[in-house]
Amino acid sequence: MAPTLLTLKINGEERDVLAPTHKTLLEVLREECNLTGTKHGCELGECGTCTVLVDGLPVLSCLALPIECQGHEIKTVEGMAQGGRLHPLQQAFAELGAAQCGYCTPGILLTAEALLVENPTPTRDEVKSALAGNLCRCTGYTKILDAVELAALRMQGAAQRQP
Amino acid sequence: MKKDRYAIVGQSLPKIDAWAKVVGETKFADDLVMSRMAHGKLLRSPHPHALIKRIDTTRARALPGVYAVITGHDLPRVKFGILPVSQDEEALCVEKVRMVGDAVAAVAAVDEETAERASELIDVEYELLRPLMSIEDSLAHPEARIHEYGDRPNVHKAVALQFGDVEAAFASAHLVREDVFFFEGNTHLPMEQHSAVAQWGADGKLVLWSSTQTPHYVHRLLAKILDVPQAHIRVVAAPVGGGFGGKLDPFAHEIAACKLSQLTGRPVKITLNREEVFYTHRGRHPVLMWIKTGFTKDGAITGMHFRSWLDGGAYGSYGVASTFYTGALQTVTYKIPVYKFEGARVFTNKPPCGPKRGHGTPQPRFAMECQIDKAAEQLGLDPADMRRRNLAEPFAKTANHLTVTTIGLGECIDRVVEASGWRQKRGNLPAGKGIGIACSSYLTGAGTAIYWNDMPHSGVVVRADRSGLVAVLCGATDIGQGSDSILAYLVAEVLGIEPKDIRVHPADTDLTPVDLGSYSSRVTLMAGNAAIQAAERLREKIFAAVARKLEVAPDRLVAGDRRVFVDGDPDRGVAFAQAVVLAESMFGVLAFPGSYAPPRRAGKYKGGGVGPSPCYSYSACVVEVDVDRDTGEVKPTEVWIAHDVGRALNPLLVEGQVEGSVYMGLGEVLMEEQVFRKGVHKIPSLLEYKSPTTLETPEIHTILVESDDPEGPFGAKEAGQGPLLPVIPAVANAVYDAVGVRIDETPITPEKVTKAMDARRQGKPGRLGPERLPVFTFPEAKIVESAFGQPAEGIAERPFASGGAS
Repeated sequence: MAPTLLTLKINGEERDVLAPTHKTLLEVLREECNLTGTKHGCELGECGTCTVLVDGLPVLSCLALPIECQGHEIKTVEGMAQGGRLHPLQQAFAELGAAQCGYCTPGILLTAEALLVENPTPTRDEVKSALAGNLCRCTGYTKILDAVELAALRMQGAAQRQP
Repeated sequence: MKKDRYAIVGQSLPKIDAWAKVVGETKFADDLVMSRMAHGKLLRSPHPHALIKRIDTTRARALPGVYAVITGHDLPRVKFGILPVSQDEEALCVEKVRMVGDAVAAVAAVDEETAERASELIDVEYELLRPLMSIEDSLAHPEARIHEYGDRPNVHKAVALQFGDVEAAFASAHLVREDVFFFEGNTHLPMEQHSAVAQWGADGKLVLWSSTQTPHYVHRLLAKILDVPQAHIRVVAAPVGGGFGGKLDPFAHEIAACKLSQLTGRPVKITLNREEVFYTHRGRHPVLMWIKTGFTKDGAITGMHFRSWLDGGAYGSYGVASTFYTGALQTVTYKIPVYKFEGARVFTNKPPCGPKRGHGTPQPRFAMECQIDKAAEQLGLDPADMRRRNLAEPFAKTANHLTVTTIGLGECIDRVVEASGWRQKRGNLPAGKGIGIACSSYLTGAGTAIYWNDMPHSGVVVRADRSGLVAVLCGATDIGQGSDSILAYLVAEVLGIEPKDIRVHPADTDLTPVDLGSYSSRVTLMAGNAAIQAAERLREKIFAAVARKLEVAPDRLVAGDRRVFVDGDPDRGVAFAQAVVLAESMFGVLAFPGSYAPPRRAGKYKGGGVGPSPCYSYSACVVEVDVDRDTGEVKPTEVWIAHDVGRALNPLLVEGQVEGSVYMGLGEVLMEEQVFRKGVHKIPSLLEYKSPTTLETPEIHTILVESDDPEGPFGAKEAGQGPLLPVIPAVANAVYDAVGVRIDETPITPEKVTKAMDARRQGKPGRLGPERLPVFTFPEAKIVESAFGQPAEGIAERPFASGGAS
C-alpha cells in the first residue's frame, strides 16, 4: 500500500511521517519516529503495555491509527521528563523500585499521569482501577501503587507551594 | 564486620538502571535497529504430530521484498537441547513436527509484513500422525512414538530413588495419609515477547543480541547448531523484559535469525508475536502427584513416599532436571528421616514444559503442604504449630544427601502467625472467610552446571583506572530482578564508593567472564561472591599503594565515603580516585578477576546433581480469603509472607521479588492455565489467559528475616523464586478453612469450588481433585542410605576461594 504523508504532533513537536495508513500508531512511533520507549506486549489491545496519551487520555497505540491522531497531541514516555527533569512519577518509580524489568513501565507511567491530571488525590482503589488495564508480571503491583501515591503526594505539595 | 558498619548493604537504594527504565532509554532486543536490517518470520506447523512430506518455498522466494527463505535443510543436520541428555530439538523441523508451533521454515524480508506474507506462501505437505495429548494417551500408544529416544516409548525419563526404609517408617507411624493432587501447567507470560537480532559479519563472525536469560548456554549451543567455532560467536543478552524461566533455552527464532543473516549479508531481527510466545512456552509442567506420608501423634513426619508424573510436552528442554526437582526439595523444610521418590516425564504433542519460577518445586510443595494441613486436622494440631515443631535441622544433611545451612523458617512462621492474627482468626472467621498457612524452601543457585565441568559458575572482572572509573564486567543477565545493581552495590561496599561510581557491563560473551545464567536463583549468590572476590583483590592493591604513600601498614586502611584512609583517623587518607592513581602507578593496569563455584556437594547417586545448592531460602505465608458461597469465587483479601533471605542486600529489591512471587503464585493457584484442545492452545492471548491485574492482587505484607548464611555474599540467600511456593497451598488451605472443601488441583476456579461444595451438600466428600493415577511401573528404586541428621561438612569451602589472581 502506498504510504501517506501524516503530520503528527508528538511530545510537543510537529513531525511529518510517511507511512502506509494501516500502520498502527505503535508501529509508526517505534519504526518511523524511533521512539522505542513505547513497548508492545500483544498488539491486540489486551495488555496496556503500548499505552500513550492522546490529548491527555490513555490510548492503546497498538489499536490506534495515526491518521486519526492528526491534529491531536500525542505524548509518549520520552515526553514525560521536561528539560532534563524527571516527571514526579518517573522519579517515584525509580526510587521505589516500581520498575523491575521495566517493560510495562512506560505504559503504566502514562496511564498514571492521566489519572493524576484528572484526579490529583486518588485513593489506592482509584489508582488500582486506573491501572487495571496495564499488566505487569514482575512487581505484584505493590511498588507501582506505592510510587503513584508518592508522586501524587509530591505533586500536591509542589502545587501548594506554588500560589 | 557488623551489619551497622555496612554503607551500602542493607540500604533500600534505587536500581542502577532505574533511571533508564523510567524514561524509556533501556534498549530491549526489539528496540535494536541496524542499517540494512531485514525482518524475519518463522512458518510454524498447524499440526500437533505429523511427518513433513514436502516443503516448497518457490512462491515465497518469488515475492518482491523477500531476501531469503530457509528450511531445516539449510542448517547442519544436528539436534540440540539445553541438557546434554536431551538433544532432541531442531530449529526448523526436517522430517517431523511434534507440536503445533514447531517451526519448519523461515523468511527474511524487507519488513515484517512482507516476511509474514512470504511465510504464508510456503507450501508444506504433511502426513498426519496420531496426536498424543495427555500422559494416558502417550502411555497407551507407544506405537505413535513422539521421539525415538527416552527411557521407554514416549517416556522421556523415569526415575526412582530411595533413602532408607520408608515402609518401616509407615509401619511405625500413628497416621499414614495417601493423597493425590494435580497441578495444572501454566506459562511465564513475560510482558516482552522474545526477540533476537543476528549479524553475521563479512569476517565470518556472528553476533547475536537476544532477550535471553542465559547468553552462555546459547553461545555454546549455537556453535554446535550452526557448526561454527564458539570463538567466532558473540552473544549479547539485551536487558530482558521479564524472564521467569521462559527465556532459558536456545530458540528457533534465534537460530533462524543467525542463518538468515549469513545468507543475506544483513542484520536480521525476529520478534515473536504473543501467540508464538505461548507456543514457545517451556513453562510449568502439569504434574499429577501421589504422596504418602507417615506422621506421629504430635505431627512429626516418620517418612515420605512421593510419586510424580510430568506432562512434558514435545521436547526435553530442562525436563530431566524438572523431573528430579519434583522430588528433590521436600526434605529441606521439615525433618523427614527416610524418603522415597519416583518420577516420570512423558512426552506429549504440546509445547514443551521447562523451568518456570520455582522449577519443578511448586507442584510437590502444593501437594505436601495441603497434605500436612489435612494431617494436622486429623491429629487435632494447629497447622502452624505442627510445622513449627518439625523444622529441618540447620547445618545438617537431609535424607537425600542435601546439605542445609541456615534455616530462618521458625522465625518466618512466628512472624506471619503474629502479623496475620492467625491465633485470633483461625476458626473464628465468619462463614465464607478463611485463613491458611504454608511454608517452603528453595535453592540459592543450582549446585551443578548444566554440562559437567570444573570451571567457575560465575566470573567477574573489576577494572579501575586513573579516571576513577570502576567497571564491573560479568556474564550475568539482568532480567529485571536487579542483578546489575546487586553487583554494583557489592563492589561499592568493598571499595567504599557509591553504586553510581560504578558502571556494570553485563552479559556479553566477548567481553564478560562466563556466568551460567539467570536461573535457579543463583546470580546474587554466585556472581555476588565472585564480585566481592574481584573487588577485594583490587582493594588489596589500592591499599598497598596508599599504605606506601601514607607510610602505614596496609591492614590499618579502610575504604569508605569515596576515600581510602587510616582506620580511626579519617583525615589521614586520599580520595578514592587518587588511590587508584597510586595503585595504577605501582602495579600497572588494574583489572582483577573473581571466580565462584559452589561447594561440591552432589549426592553420590544418579540424580544427586539436582537439588544441591550452597544454601536454601525459607518462606512462610498466611493468606486470608473470601469465598463467595454462591459463585465459588475465591478472593484473596490479604497476604502475609515472611522470607528468610539470609541478608537483604537491598530490602527494597528483596520486597519487590517477594511481592512479585506472591502475585505470580496467586495467578497460578486461582486462574492461570496453559491448556490445549487437539494440540491448539485454547487461550493464547493476554486477555483470555487470565493473569491477575491490580484489582485481583491483594495487599501483600512482606516480612524479611535475616539468617546470615555463611555461603552467601554478606550472608544473602535467594529471594526471586522461593516466596512463590507457599502462596499456592496457603490459598488452598484457606479455601478449606472458609468453605470446608478441599480443591486438590490448581487452578482453584469458581467452577471447581461450587462443584465441591455441591458434593459436600449432597453428603459426598467435599473434595475435588484427580481420582485416578496412570497405570505405570516405575523402575526399581536405587536404594541409598539416608543421610538424615548427618552434620554438614565443608561450609563455605569452595573452589577458587583463594589464589589465582593476586
